[in-house]
Amino acid sequence: MAHASRSEPFWWSLFAAGGVVAAFLVPIHVLLEGIVGPLGGPTPAADYDRMHAWLASPFTRVYLFVLISLPLFHWAHRFRFTLADLGLSRFGAWLAVLCYGAAIVGTALAAWLLITAP
Amino acid sequence: MPQETIQLVVTRFHPDHDPVPRFQTYTVPLHEDWVVLDALNYIKDTQDGTLSYRWSCRMGICGSCGMNVNGTPRLTCATFLREYAPGPIRVEPLANFPIIRDLVVDITDFMEKLPRVQPWLVRQDETPLTGGEYRQTPGEMERYHQFSLCINCMLCYAACPVYGLHPEFIGPAALALAHRYNLDSRDQGRAARQAEVYSEEGIWECTFVGQCSVVCPKKVDPAGAIQQEKVSAALDWLKSVVWPWGNR
Repeated sequence: MAHASRSEPFWWSLFAAGGVVAAFLVPIHVLLEGIVGPLGGPTPAADYDRMHAWLASPFTRVYLFVLISLPLFHWAHRFRFTLADLGLSRFGAWLAVLCYGAAIVGTALAAWLLITAP
Repeated sequence: MPQETIQLVVTRFHPDHDPVPRFQTYTVPLHEDWVVLDALNYIKDTQDGTLSYRWSCRMGICGSCGMNVNGTPRLTCATFLREYAPGPIRVEPLANFPIIRDLVVDITDFMEKLPRVQPWLVRQDETPLTGGEYRQTPGEMERYHQFSLCINCMLCYAACPVYGLHPEFIGPAALALAHRYNLDSRDQGRAARQAEVYSEEGIWECTFVGQCSVVCPKKVDPAGAIQQEKVSAALDWLKSVVWPWGNR
């Protein structure tokens, strides 16, 4: 007898939220902080001092946490199913541990860096 | 002027004689208004009466003439030869299903899965016939109408790489039909469908490749239906976490 999955809605929700961030926020962030700023544009990435001042705000840190963490879970979910489709589905539980585990480690690392950064 | 022709390379398989399917080439007239099914009927009538395939209505309603045409699942009654001129055209049975003979596939797997999602009106409180019909506004009908247009032609299963790799997947058409009844204002069966629809073999197996919706001849959009069910399932899950004593 089949039963409704309890874990999939959780991982899928993170995947979906991460997809929104990856599709909408990441390209804008890369454009502003990765291209416009270094080219001399009016964004914090223009020089180190402005970047550092920008990072001082707790809002910036929350923003960066969301920007880093959610796309990691988006990647983890997509990569888990990609590996399953490549013929590794018999290692189902291990794939989940490996992929989501990596995203959790990445998230913890991001949190630690953002909390402890001066 | 001599009649223009086009070649059809057709899968042949007789379970008693052929260890594996083989191809046979036929040459048919290339008429402007002929579809692939016309060509198959022409072959059967004039060249080779042993060719087997399914068809009935010739107008995209019965859903029985689906085949892989040049690798893409199509209704052969709605696929013109001229699209593929000068040819040749490869006509194969629908992918992902066992072949019974030539272009005829065995869809037992789907027939077994379909009732599992209870694609009919489920009522907790059945109104007696004297109570009249269950009434519905045009707006309520509009919510599920698109998903009710499925003709069970199996093109979406032939196009779905997930079904090809994981045959336990309930699949696009059955899940789209479950969604159709979940959206119906007269239906009360969403909870009863959850065990199958929200299982690992149900919506969560889908990786949103979207090919099912691309090949659907009725624009049902099964991929969209499955994603909408995922959102509903995720909201159910969230509700069960923040409101565990709620009525579930």
